[in-house]
Amino acid sequence: MLRAITRPKPVAEIMELLGEMDRIFLIGCGTCPTLAHTGGLAEVLEMEKKLKERLKMVTGFLVIPVACDNLTEEAFRQQREAIQEAQALLIMTCAYGVQTISQFVDLPVFPALDTLFIGKEMGPGLFQEICQQCGECILGETGGICPVTSCHKGLVNGPCGGTNNGKCEIDPQKDCAWTLIYERLQKQGRLSAMRKYHPPKNYQVAPKPGKILLDIERGED
Amino acid sequence: MARSFREVLQSADFIVTSEIGPPKGCDLSKMEHHIEMLKEKVHALNVTDHQSSVMRYPSLGGAILIKEKGGEPILQMTCRDRNRLALQADLLFAYSRGVRNVLCLTGDAVPVGDHKTAKAVFDLDSTQLLRTIRTLETGKDLGGNPLEGKVEFCAGAIVTPEARPLEPQLIKFEKKVECGAEFFQTQAIYDLDKFSAFMDYAHKFPVKILAGIVLLTSAKMAKYMTENVPGIFVPPNLIEELANAPKGQALKKGIEIAGRMIREIKEKKVCAGVHIMAIGREELVPEILQVAGIEVSP
Repeated sequence: MLRAITRPKPVAEIMELLGEMDRIFLIGCGTCPTLAHTGGLAEVLEMEKKLKERLKMVTGFLVIPVACDNLTEEAFRQQREAIQEAQALLIMTCAYGVQTISQFVDLPVFPALDTLFIGKEMGPGLFQEICQQCGECILGETGGICPVTSCHKGLVNGPCGGTNNGKCEIDPQKDCAWTLIYERLQKQGRLSAMRKYHPPKNYQVAPKPGKILLDIERGED
Repeated sequence: MARSFREVLQSADFIVTSEIGPPKGCDLSKMEHHIEMLKEKVHALNVTDHQSSVMRYPSLGGAILIKEKGGEPILQMTCRDRNRLALQADLLFAYSRGVRNVLCLTGDAVPVGDHKTAKAVFDLDSTQLLRTIRTLETGKDLGGNPLEGKVEFCAGAIVTPEARPLEPQLIKFEKKVECGAEFFQTQAIYDLDKFSAFMDYAHKFPVKILAGIVLLTSAKMAKYMTENVPGIFVPPNLIEELANAPKGQALKKGIEIAGRMIREIKEKKVCAGVHIMAIGREELVPEILQVAGIEVSP
């Protein structure tokens, strides 16, 4: 399952964000940040400890099952008192969670995490970006491996000159996406797909910021 | 009047180009010195574009300077720093100032350079940039809009004959040919047997290949490149030759090796010419050419 992959902000940055605000309500999320160990119950309790050490008062905390869901509003009602005592919310969810929560409270919201990408857990603690949602999927011509995401430069017409023994010029541990694509297509006897010229990508496929009204009533063409 | 680079490419002459690295800053005196020194000694001078993603004086500025000094510039353009609007605009600017040759590269990754947090652009890639040039030549821009005045460029690209694995690079090479590349500079080559095998393949295409000659300055540098630079392999016998040079003579040995390789490439007619990259030691290029026994006619 795809997840929002997050990383904790340095405590010094969080303290700077909170400034003079001393009464803090903490929020974690039971979904992606729990999986990434950045905003589950254990991390929320750890943050409570860190804030107390820095003489902040934690009025309460809540680990919302899915912070980006609209049911978040319901979870808030149950914690109204502790939230009202606070001067600010420190939110250990992805940026989507922070934005959802900000709709339901008037208090200042501060993110405790940075959202890095939408990705997948490939092994314990190893998260990898899978799709950049570019809106022009070429996976059918690249053996099911996405160069827009997996090639550091997002190249769609084959490898650059920085590829080295199947690795990338930015990191000798990182696989060169185009070597993987080459190997997959070769195995499938479809190397001709690599010879296809892809014109410059359309970076305006969806409006920016993305917003689209899908015609869900529409039948097949 | 001196010939254009395209005329040289179309001739039977052994082609020699040299790289010029712009300064980090606006003091152009060293670059001017290199241009004056080399403009009569090579067919064209090729200006790097923030090589290794290190911010420098722009390649377009360097190319115009070469033109003003009566040399023949090759403008290097990478896709790392400019989107398609900026690349097209710079091509128009270059043409308007007499620059007629462009080398199209994807560009090194941002994190290898000295502005590691910068936004990498890569709106186009090297094949798309080549095709952009051919599109502009039809009198239209990439948006399909008519242009006032017409441009015409001699366009080139890069190939790495010793990449591992090689076949993906060759597929890309053929794509670049199809997209309009007329000449290719190779990554540095040191093993002429391997390079000849590549040329047996490349001869089939209607393009001129310039073998990349990177000056080796020490055994340490040769080892470093072999271990760290993609597609560069200095054979052990050359590293040994450098290591065995008397103290303080390694650079002289490097010049000798470069000159010897150029001479051999020319005598054995391995490819159409060479592109010399002295990497900041451009003042040594005349010496390399002397060892190679090469004098170009403009």
